[in-house]
Amino acid sequence: MSLLTRRGALTLGAGMTLTLVAVDDGMATPADADAEIAKFTGGKATESGKISIDLPEIAENGNTVPLAIKVDSPMTADDYVSEIRVIGDANPNPGIVRFHLTPMSGRAEAATRIRLGGTGTVTVLAKTSTGKLYAERKVVKVTVGGCGG
Amino acid sequence: MAEKPRLRVPSEAKKGDIIQIKTLMSHVMETGFRKDDAGKPIPREIINSFVCTFNGHEVFRADLEPAISANPYFEFTAKVMESGTFAFAWVDDNGTVTTAEQGITVS
Repeated sequence: MSLLTRRGALTLGAGMTLTLVAVDDGMATPADADAEIAKFTGGKATESGKISIDLPEIAENGNTVPLAIKVDSPMTADDYVSEIRVIGDANPNPGIVRFHLTPMSGRAEAATRIRLGGTGTVTVLAKTSTGKLYAERKVVKVTVGGCGG
Repeated sequence: MAEKPRLRVPSEAKKGDIIQIKTLMSHVMETGFRKDDAGKPIPREIINSFVCTFNGHEVFRADLEPAISANPYFEFTAKVMESGTFAFAWVDDNGTVTTAEQGITVS
């Protein structure tokens, strides 16, 4: 983590000392999002190209952004997507939602509407019953953030 | 949470079909990050869990966080092999549970 963070400001004192002043804007950072991602993956490698994320490139209203997810999976009793995790790096908390699916789901699909606090990256993760981990990310530009009044 | 949830579930299907289910629940999903006019934080109050079962077996479940928009909307699929009933439940931070049901005839 470098000294120059989004939340940090640098001041040079008389004695050439560097003082870090933290400005807490209440928002999570990409590092917080990475930590949340690591909670899901356990730090293991993920495969890309298995998840399709349907999110607008530009969201006019961050209070309601449509999100549709499809994961490539046979969804049989022996091989199905058991969990889908959605994480954002421009919200007060990085966690957005967690879906639990079963072989009875038929297809590994889920859609909902989410709040995004600002322009940032949405990461979708999936784990399968066979222990596979998938990841995909998409950047969404948000015109009016959805976390304030 | 006295509102009635809205469901879209097909009333009929063929055995082995994968049907699409849409659900909409009325709830303000207060995030806990807003402040009132006096500057006081408005406490969080959200639906934190949504479950769909078919004939008692879990099909789909969502763990919601404040980043789910007001009036939580979910779309998902279910593979139906027999006739039966879909049961839906929404649970909020107070532990209040709202339920709904929809039957389907599978031939």
